[in-house]
Amino acid sequence: MNEKSYPRIGETVLEKTLPNGLKIFIVPKPQHRKKYAFFAARYGGMDMQFIRNGEKCDTPAGIAHYLEHKMFDTKDGNALQVLSQNGAEPNAFTSNAMTGYYFDCTEHFEENLRILLSFVSVPYFTDESVEKERGIISQEIRMVEDSPDWQVYERLLACLYRSSPARVPIAGMVESIAGITAETLYDCHHAFYCPSNMALCVVGNVDPHAVIALAEEVLPRERGEEIVRCYGEEEDGAAAQKATVTQMEVALPQFLVGFKCETDEGDLLRQSLIGEMASDVLLGDSSPLYQRLYDEGLINSSFGGGFDQLPGVAVLCAGGESEQPQKVSDAILKEAQRLACEGIDPDFFEQIRRASFGATLRALNSFENIAISMADGYFRGFDALRFPEAYASIEKSDVERFLRENLTDSRRAISIIEPKKEG
Amino acid sequence: MEPVRLEIAPEVNLDYVRSDKFKTGTLSVQLITPLDEKTASFGALLPSVLRRGTMPHPDMRSLSTALDLLYGSSIGCTVRKKGENQCIGFAASFIDEEFVPGGEKLLEPMCDLLGELLLDPVTRNGRFLNDYVESEKQNLIDAIRGIINDKRDYADLRLLQEMCRGERYGVDKFGSIARVEKITNQTLFRYYQDLLSTAHLELFYCGSAERERVEEAISCAFAPLRRGRVVPPVVAEKKSAPETPREITERMDVTQGKLSMGWRASTNDAPAMMLANLIFGGYSNSKLFLNVREKLSLCYYASSSYHRSKGIVTVSSGIECKDVETAKREILAQLASVQRGEFEDWEVEGARACLIASLESRSDSAGRMEENALGQAATGIRETADELIAALRAVTNERIAEAAQSLTLDTVYFLTGEDSRDE
Repeated sequence: MNEKSYPRIGETVLEKTLPNGLKIFIVPKPQHRKKYAFFAARYGGMDMQFIRNGEKCDTPAGIAHYLEHKMFDTKDGNALQVLSQNGAEPNAFTSNAMTGYYFDCTEHFEENLRILLSFVSVPYFTDESVEKERGIISQEIRMVEDSPDWQVYERLLACLYRSSPARVPIAGMVESIAGITAETLYDCHHAFYCPSNMALCVVGNVDPHAVIALAEEVLPRERGEEIVRCYGEEEDGAAAQKATVTQMEVALPQFLVGFKCETDEGDLLRQSLIGEMASDVLLGDSSPLYQRLYDEGLINSSFGGGFDQLPGVAVLCAGGESEQPQKVSDAILKEAQRLACEGIDPDFFEQIRRASFGATLRALNSFENIAISMADGYFRGFDALRFPEAYASIEKSDVERFLRENLTDSRRAISIIEPKKEG
Repeated sequence: MEPVRLEIAPEVNLDYVRSDKFKTGTLSVQLITPLDEKTASFGALLPSVLRRGTMPHPDMRSLSTALDLLYGSSIGCTVRKKGENQCIGFAASFIDEEFVPGGEKLLEPMCDLLGELLLDPVTRNGRFLNDYVESEKQNLIDAIRGIINDKRDYADLRLLQEMCRGERYGVDKFGSIARVEKITNQTLFRYYQDLLSTAHLELFYCGSAERERVEEAISCAFAPLRRGRVVPPVVAEKKSAPETPREITERMDVTQGKLSMGWRASTNDAPAMMLANLIFGGYSNSKLFLNVREKLSLCYYASSSYHRSKGIVTVSSGIECKDVETAKREILAQLASVQRGEFEDWEVEGARACLIASLESRSDSAGRMEENALGQAATGIRETADELIAALRAVTNERIAEAAQSLTLDTVYFLTGEDSRDE
């Protein structure tokens, strides 16, 4: 077991890679009653096409999420039920690039961890149980279809990209999940839920040796096979489509402006922090642009922005509610070009660096957040807790270059949801 | 770990929690007043107008800059409903001084900023700035209209409005659009002055600073506060259900229908009612979850809540519009089985373990401790986590069934996407 210390943020992490390839992180929290375990597979909504044993596989949209729903079934019943009976609070999620299963509890931690490791690694589906789930997932898809926040984001991605699976909703569509069977689910589980494609993060006052012993005992000995993922054809630097507009039951128009950003293989942590800082400098709460748009009544407090990295794609986006979304979008572009040309005020840059560091540190109060960011960093090849060093390494010119290269008209698209018209 | 409660001035209390296990310090200042249809909109509007600027920091940008320089500290406006009271104010979060690279102090400047926001707003000729009032009125109106965007919240809100018509509990914490429109700078300023002198005031701190230092910083920051005759928080009034339940159906363009139901609970046995609610629909092992969702695939979500201070239970569910009668029948059938005492040991023990784990881990979250301290101050229900845990352990199955039997259906609200046939 390897012990890493992070004095700048007051954390210690114990790390171990098992012979089967599973990565384990343990973050001791001696003063907390709560204990948290997170077990994740590097398999998300975007992993629809892949090559396995030299054979190209094409799976339906929404399959990773469908699998997540069905994993709680066990031969003896339902793991959710057993964990809940133990006072644990279990749940799971599927993102673009990851499926995570977790629980928190105060008592019976090791017993609960055994259940978690076991139900995630041993699939048990029947045609009947898969069929029944379709109703529940269809309802979930419908709920997302009624949610303006989700719709505005999904429609933006579909606008920016030509062939990337980022265009497709994580949960899929009612039609795309129609053909999913127990067999397809077994196949995908076999392909992606192997120890070398997974990580286990535990946060809390636990016995680290017991955690490792349990993982060794419960999980398969084999590493599993290597998978090559396909994320569509290479995208160029231009938005596929400039705008998308639809109507929903909303009170005010909702919008999201997105810029299709360059991606490269280098240091993804540093790139994501540069993107975040660019967003803060350009349109964060303390930016001149934010104040001006707010004073002019073009945005309200729902306005915000950020930088997202998904497999093979990266987007800087900003949005909220506005009567004049296009005007806001144009103001963002103009301000980005001004900053790229005139440069960022050095004092303002330092202020944003400080604020950004503080905000990232504050988020570490959450066990969930620690575990998810560590797993995400591990899957993408970086150590998420090294953010203080990454912040320190970012120069003003890095952020200016980011703005100059990425915030251009041809990379821009806007997604708007207008209120339904009467009658 | 329970807060130490200190009265630092008449009707001004501080709940103080010393802890060095968090990355942040938490500070909150809250004014509690009885929820009233006439004043709710004033209360909801005030924090956002105050948050626009203080004499030393007259606009949002200078406030944001101050917060950025304090390492990305945040101060949010809060408007909450606790029992039949409205609680408004500010909640601040800032990184623990241990992690401040330069060793600067953050507690005192944050206390000063909170004091400034509450007591020293930017004014002109003895009024707020007109621009600030008008644009925040618009934002509040947008926020009230925006509730409609989330159909689940909207349906739950409509249920309470209909069920508790004429009661304080039926008043939305944001008030109504008509009331907001009527607010003027003058009436808002008068409301503000009255509030400062008459509202019950609650402060909360959790972090690593010594008690004397926190008291000193707060006394200093709030020294200009002048108090008059304080109006204490009200205790919620318990009512009984009508002889025939009210049924309300509303139509909107949605793909998923929302069915919300409300019952009056006449029992005073709160621990038993808490358990009955959990068994019925309060968590992932409940009858509603396991039967209505999992077994019958009738809905994506169906859950119940016990509003302890008011003595009501509500159910919230998302269903296919055409299934409304079946869903209603099933929900009632599940409740009837709790009332008949038809639950297994694992259901009771699971519910009990879930509530106890949640109480045990409360002190692991500063936000939850703040929420709870405020709730206790507003509702007058005083009990420690340990006391409630002991009470929950003592509840028998008979008491759970009795508590459930005290429920009488009051109102059924249905939001549907289907045209009503009999019109």
